[in-house]
Amino acid sequence: MSEQELAHKSVEYRRKILKYIVKANAGHTGGSLSCIDILNVLYNHTLNVDADDFGSPDRDRYIQSKGHTVEALYVVLASRGFFPESDLETLCKYRSHYIGHPTRKVHGVEQNTGALGHGLSLSVGTAIAGKLDKKNYRVFTLLGDGELPEGSNWEAALSAAHYKLDNLCAILDKNNLQITGPTADVCNTDPVDKKFEAFGWEVRHVDGHDLKQLKETFDTLPFAEGKPSMIIAHTVKGKGVSYMENQLKWHHGVPNQKQYAEALEELDLQDENI
Amino acid sequence: MDATIENIAVTNKANLEVFSATLQKLARHDRDIIVVTSDSRGSGKLVPFGQSFPDQIVEVGIAEQNLVGVAAGLASAGKKAFAVSPACFLTARALEQIKNDVAYSNNSVKLIGISAGVSYGALGSTHHSLHDFAVLRTINNLIIVAPADNFETEQAIRLAAETNLPVYIRFGKKTMPLLSMEETTFEFGKGRIVRDGNDLVIIATGETVAPALQAAEKLQKESGIGSTVVSMHTIKPLDYNLIAKVAADGKPILTIEEHSVYGGLGEACASFLMENNYHNKFKIMGLPDEYTVTGSQQEILGHYGISEDGIALAALKLCKG
Repeated sequence: MSEQELAHKSVEYRRKILKYIVKANAGHTGGSLSCIDILNVLYNHTLNVDADDFGSPDRDRYIQSKGHTVEALYVVLASRGFFPESDLETLCKYRSHYIGHPTRKVHGVEQNTGALGHGLSLSVGTAIAGKLDKKNYRVFTLLGDGELPEGSNWEAALSAAHYKLDNLCAILDKNNLQITGPTADVCNTDPVDKKFEAFGWEVRHVDGHDLKQLKETFDTLPFAEGKPSMIIAHTVKGKGVSYMENQLKWHHGVPNQKQYAEALEELDLQDENI
Repeated sequence: MDATIENIAVTNKANLEVFSATLQKLARHDRDIIVVTSDSRGSGKLVPFGQSFPDQIVEVGIAEQNLVGVAAGLASAGKKAFAVSPACFLTARALEQIKNDVAYSNNSVKLIGISAGVSYGALGSTHHSLHDFAVLRTINNLIIVAPADNFETEQAIRLAAETNLPVYIRFGKKTMPLLSMEETTFEFGKGRIVRDGNDLVIIATGETVAPALQAAEKLQKESGIGSTVVSMHTIKPLDYNLIAKVAADGKPILTIEEHSVYGGLGEACASFLMENNYHNKFKIMGLPDEYTVTGSQQEILGHYGISEDGIALAALKLCKG
C-alpha cells in the first residue's frame, strides 16, 4: 500500500474510531487516536497475517498490551476483513462479543488483554516458541507509556534480552499522558530508551504519526541480530482532532454530537489535503 | 538415568519426585513439553529434566508474573507449558496472570504449585499456600487438582499434558504412601473412594488423604466406627455426584484439607450439601484463620488436628456429638 493510500486509511480509521466510540458512548479516545497510525502500518504493510488463515502457525503475532485502546484495533481488524464492520455497531452493548478490551471472541485478536503489563510476557513466550520451533514468524506488541511502571514489563524485558529474541518487536506508544496527568509527573520512566538499552534491547525512535518513517523502521527489523527491538513511537494523544490533542480529558472522553461533527469536519479536511 | 526414570514405582516417593519423573517420561516423546521455571528447578526436582532436555526448559529467574505470562505465550503457540513454582508465590504473585493470561485467554498452561500448603513448615507464612484453592476456585476455566499419592500425581501430570484446558496442580514434598491400588481409574473431576465404611464419610484432598486413612483404621479398631474415605483430588470441577452419593444415607461428613478452612474443599462441599437439602452432620478440618504456629509441616498439621489422632478425635466428636 502506498503512503498516500495509508494516509487516507489513517483518516478513515480515525473517523471510525470516533463513530463507534460515540455509538457505544464509551471508549479510550485519546489513546486510540495516538496509536492508530502504528496499527495502520502494521496491519497494512508489515504483519504477515491473513483473516482467512489466522490459525496459521507461521503468522506474525500482534499482541496489544495497552488493551484499552481496543477501538483502534477493532476498526483495523474490520478493514482487514476479520469481521464485518457492522459488528462494531454492538461495541460494548449487552451480550456483544465486542467488549471494551481485546478478546479472542473477536476474530483476529491474539490474546485477551486489558490489565496492563501483560503483553510483553505473552510476547516473550510466543517468541521463545518461535525460536524453539525454528519458525520465521515475528511477534509485535504495543505498549503504552503509562503502563511501563508495571513491574512485569521489566521482568519480561530481561527475559527478552536473555533469550536473544530478535523475532520480538515492542512498540511504545509514547503519548506522554495517562489518566492522572503527564506520565513524567505520575511516574517518570524517562529516559526510557536508555533503560531498554541497559536491559539489552536495540532501540529506535520514530515519529509515531509519520507513516513513511514507521514503514521504513518496521522494514529494518530486527535492528540487531540476537537482540529484541524496541520502537519508541513519539505520538500525540488525541492526534487528528485539534481539541483533543494533548488534552487529558479525552483519555476516555466521548464527544457529544456537536464535537463529533467538528471532528469529522477536521478529518475531512485532512483527507482532502493528502 | 533412563533406568531410574523407567523404574519410578508409584509407591512411597514424594509426589514432587513423581511429577518430575513423569515429565521426563513425557518429554522424551513429546518435544512440545516445555517446563518454565522461576529459579525453581532445584526445588521442583527438575535438574535432571534440564540436563536431559535443555531445549525444553525455559528459565525466567525469580519473576513469577513473567513465569506465567511467558508460559501463556508458549501455550498459545502450541507448547505444553508447565509453569513450575512454589505454590505460595505462583498463586499469589502471579494471580492476575493466572486469571487473565491463562484462564481468561484460555491458554492451556499447566500451573504446578510445588511445596504447597505448609510444606515449607518453619519457613513461615510467606511460604505457606493456604489460600490457593479459595482464590483459584473463583476463576473461571481452571481445573484445580491436589493429588494424594504417587499414583494420582502421575495420572494428573499425564492428563494435564493431554488436556487443552488450563490446570493447576499442587502437591508437597514429603514421601507419600500409596493409598489404594483397587481403584485404578483417575479422571479430573471424579473423586476416588479409597475406603468403604458404614458410619462416617471423610472427604479429604491432597496429602491429607493419607492421615485420613490412618484415622479411619484407628476409628475402626478402637471404636468400631467404619469410615468411607474419599480422595477428592479435584477441587474444581468438584465431583458433586460422588458427594451426593456418599451423603445420601445421612452419614456424618468430615472434610480435610491442607488449606484455610475458608473457601476450599470443605466450604465447596458445604455449599453443595446445603443447596441440595442434605442435613448430614458436617465438619470442616483445615487451617484456621490465623498465622500458623512455628514448626515442621508435621508439627503444624498436628497442632491443628490434621493427623491420625486429630482426625480420629474430630470424627468421634462429630459422630457422637
